[in-house]
Amino acid sequence: MFIINCPYCGERDQTEFSSGGEAHIARPKQPTELSDDEWAEFLFMRKNIKGIQFERWNHSHGCRKWFNVVRDTSNDKIHAVYKMGEKPPVNK
Amino acid sequence: MSQELRINNNKFIDQTTRLSFKFNGEKLYGYKGDTLASALLANNIHLVGRSFKYHRPRGIMTCGSEEPNAIVQIGNDPSLTDPNVRATEIELYEGLEAFSQNCWPNVKFDIGGINNLLSPLLPAGFYYKTFMWPASFWEKYEFFIRHSAGLGKSPTKPDRDIYDHKYYHCDVLVVGGGISGIMAAKLSAENNNETLLIDDKNILGGTTIYQNNDCFQIDGIHTNYWLENEIKKIKNIKNLTIKTRTSLAAYHGYNYLLAKENLSDHLSPDERKNKIRQRLWKIRAKKVIIATGSIERPLIFNNNDRPGIMLSSAIKKFIDFYGVKTGKEISLFTNNDSVYETAISLKKSGVNIISIIDIRDKSSSKIVKEVEKHNIKIYWNHTIVNTEGYRRISFIEIMKLSDDGSGVIGKKIKLKTDCLGISGGWTPMVHLFTQSGGKLKFRSNDNVFLPDKNKTPSDQISIGSCNGDFDIKDIILNSNKDVKTFLGIENSPFDNLKVESSREEMKRNIWLLPSDKPIGKTKPFLDFQNDSTAKDVKLALREGFKSIEHVKRYTTTGMGTDQGKLSNMHALGIIAETTGTNMGELGTTTFRPPYTPLTFGAIVGRNVGEFFDHTRKTAMHNWHVQNKAKFENVGQWKRAWYYPKNGETMFEAVQRESKAARESVGILDASTLGKIDIQGTDASEFLNRVYTNAWSKLAVGKCRYGLMLNEDGMVYDDGVTTRLSENHYIMTTTTGGAANVLTKLEDYLQTEWPELDVYLTTVTDHFSTISICGPNSKKILSKVIPDLDLSDENFPHMSFKNSIINGIKCRVMRISFTGEHSYEINIQSNYAKHVWELCMDAGKNYNITPYGTETMHLLRAEKGFIITGQDTDGTMTPSDLQMDWIIGKKKFDFIGKRSLYRSDTIRDDRKQLVGLLTDDPKEILEEGAQIVEKLNQKPVEMLGHVTSSYFSPNLNKSIALAVIKSGKKLKGKKFFVPMENKNINVTVTDTVFFDKENKRLNA
Ligand SMILES: [Zn+2]
Repeated sequence: MFIINCPYCGERDQTEFSSGGEAHIARPKQPTELSDDEWAEFLFMRKNIKGIQFERWNHSHGCRKWFNVVRDTSNDKIHAVYKMGEKPPVNK
Repeated sequence: MSQELRINNNKFIDQTTRLSFKFNGEKLYGYKGDTLASALLANNIHLVGRSFKYHRPRGIMTCGSEEPNAIVQIGNDPSLTDPNVRATEIELYEGLEAFSQNCWPNVKFDIGGINNLLSPLLPAGFYYKTFMWPASFWEKYEFFIRHSAGLGKSPTKPDRDIYDHKYYHCDVLVVGGGISGIMAAKLSAENNNETLLIDDKNILGGTTIYQNNDCFQIDGIHTNYWLENEIKKIKNIKNLTIKTRTSLAAYHGYNYLLAKENLSDHLSPDERKNKIRQRLWKIRAKKVIIATGSIERPLIFNNNDRPGIMLSSAIKKFIDFYGVKTGKEISLFTNNDSVYETAISLKKSGVNIISIIDIRDKSSSKIVKEVEKHNIKIYWNHTIVNTEGYRRISFIEIMKLSDDGSGVIGKKIKLKTDCLGISGGWTPMVHLFTQSGGKLKFRSNDNVFLPDKNKTPSDQISIGSCNGDFDIKDIILNSNKDVKTFLGIENSPFDNLKVESSREEMKRNIWLLPSDKPIGKTKPFLDFQNDSTAKDVKLALREGFKSIEHVKRYTTTGMGTDQGKLSNMHALGIIAETTGTNMGELGTTTFRPPYTPLTFGAIVGRNVGEFFDHTRKTAMHNWHVQNKAKFENVGQWKRAWYYPKNGETMFEAVQRESKAARESVGILDASTLGKIDIQGTDASEFLNRVYTNAWSKLAVGKCRYGLMLNEDGMVYDDGVTTRLSENHYIMTTTTGGAANVLTKLEDYLQTEWPELDVYLTTVTDHFSTISICGPNSKKILSKVIPDLDLSDENFPHMSFKNSIINGIKCRVMRISFTGEHSYEINIQSNYAKHVWELCMDAGKNYNITPYGTETMHLLRAEKGFIITGQDTDGTMTPSDLQMDWIIGKKKFDFIGKRSLYRSDTIRDDRKQLVGLLTDDPKEILEEGAQIVEKLNQKPVEMLGHVTSSYFSPNLNKSIALAVIKSGKKLKGKKFFVPMENKNINVTVTDTVFFDKENKRLNA
């Protein structure tokens, strides 16, 4: 059970957060322009990496803010935490 | 029989406090400080249970948590009895009652012992191979297995004990209070670290605290005296918290550890009253020092499981710590030096040692020389080939080993003995280390798996014998050095200690010791609790099981409550040897938490009964209770379900309520609906994007029903939203969806549309909602709020007014979920019960009828209104629900819009919502029942299912909603709903059954 450093509240137990899956998947600005395949790519396709993964987390039992986390899924080590809209502080 | 094997003069046992206890009904005595095991042994009782499969007599084998045999049931109170307790761990108290578990009718005559005679027929995988077929026999097999394989009895009544949870944060956690743990705790705490030291025993000091032997000295005194002194000193360190009787159960990532503290298991029932039984510690430590020690390995030889055969280290602890002789004529059997320490302890206490059998050629270490001085017969290069004695070992047979150790030679020697101490070396306890994510490496000279320093998480170390140091000199030197480095300490009081020890030089290891009989005729037990032998492992390998995890499951080796603490290494060794693999490459099985079993009580703590989950009650809850409402759980909410009167059944109550709501007036507590306050200059635009229909043109003071989709186009939630002012809306959601809708809206707002000026606040609990519906609702409201103009011109359907009731501000919406003329009063929750009672008063002359969720569901079904989550299941689009009218086709975008014309969502054979009428109007369908077209088809094609079904008192017939493939095109078509004993004929209809023209809304 890991500790997440919420960029708004500080270090909190994992139980206060909920995971929102892979980060940096922007919702298309003009969905109607997309083919079925392109829309399906956005809608369904997610990576499941063993190693460094960029994820969204929500401090659901705290400040309710969404933010990004860089986590090594093989050992749960969190390498960085950054706000929505910010560039990842480590190379993607 | 009165503690005939007790010796006097022992400082760990309080011989002035005699305690009585019962074992299998027999009254016995022990002393304060005993465990159940040591007290039994003092009374010369070894036989404590029967083995799992063959029901062989088994005795106490160890003195700790690795005990495989002495597993007992404590007490027989149906709410407090405790199964699977290790006799070696439970401390004796006055009045303790224990029972052997795995034997019937009793431990001395056990009917299942017949399995032992049948054992050639019970090989590895026997249960898998035999009880697989025929399937119809399974119930009989299960009965047989469960009755013959007793693993204790569960309590049958609720647990009366109190359990507790505690959160704890510290700089350094030291696990294990042996010599290295004590050193680490002292170094840590004296260097400004808030330190917690835990140990599972009642007395600190591990095995060193009773190591009173000339060969082992620190600064000129015996190690036990040196350590005793250190323990005295650390008790005064301010930064150090010490918890004994506390065992570490699990080591999770980020140094999150769970430990169980026993607070009253060692007290008599009288002393326990009103005390907490166990406390689960949830520890976050910045750094963790693991000093969990090691456990001795058995040796694997023919008939190595008889009562009286014990680990040599256990014999030593029983004599040195508990003052109990485990036998009168003891033999020792070893492949290393540690039994020689036991020999000296026994000699000191005047126990007769028959012989030492050592599989090594020789050993000339200091301790062996010391033993040789006592004229004890040592058989070098010998092994035990057989043992005798049914309920207690009586003889051993020994022979000389061949040069390569694979066979035996020479003459068989038979020796009389009533207790045999065995030692196959030591296994570091690396369970916690691996649980935390650390990786092991293999050291081949003494066949141990050790923490790999290069693959250890950075915030922990392992020290002492769990790190592979078995010599006291190494333990002290390395623990001191490693802790200093780990904590950044420069000087330590342990820097210049002079340590004397006896260094072991000779080693020899044979995983499976040979006998003069072939392997097929021998019983070399590997896993004592699960009764698997070396033979079983070899059979599994012959049958093609190669992975250690598969062999484990097939033979059940290592799968008992002891998790194979004794058996795993030998199983690995035999597999490696048989398959010609290197043990290091083979690896170990996964060690999973908990390290020792946890009680359910400790896991749930105080979260029992009404504290198990949060219960949410509306402001009117007590009124519902007083008016005899039955409640249903909706999420965490308690909702009034129906209000039975004069012994009505649920059906009768709901029929009455439903008629009253349509004929006069009904009142519903709708407070549990989710309410989200939405404010900001972009609030309208935001609603436009999250709902399928258009919102920008909704006038202030108006309400609108909205449907919310997931991005995949499937209906997610629905509800009415009201425009309170230019930039202020109040949204309602379903009761169950409230929290998720808010999370989802926040997600879009924060991550996709941060440019929107919108703020969301949940106000579900702040406002309560009273819904008044029916042709007389207007009359009630005009009495409650006389000042409000309720004319259709001023206050039409789907609009809202701010108002005041008795000086209390409220919001009144004219909206309807039943199709009747109705109002919803939203009022600050602390006044809600008062306003509810005003409404009840005002309705007296109109037979105002409180109704619950069941009637609400019935009334809306009459109108064909959906309930998300009941008529939808996450696979229904608005079009599937025949709600195409709510799609804002001209809107540029909204959540899920693009998905509405994916190739899959535009298929016309999707399941679609329809109405369903039974040909017999009295027949009520079951919700969830399947709908089919052809009855004689194989397999029969399921076309859909019933989602809502009621008997409508207002139509005097049964009605239902259902989803059916291509349902939209099937109006008038007939189907079957097959039930267990009949087929019900149904016809597809429109979804609206009642008042199709919506005349009643303005009635
Ligand atoms: Zn936060």
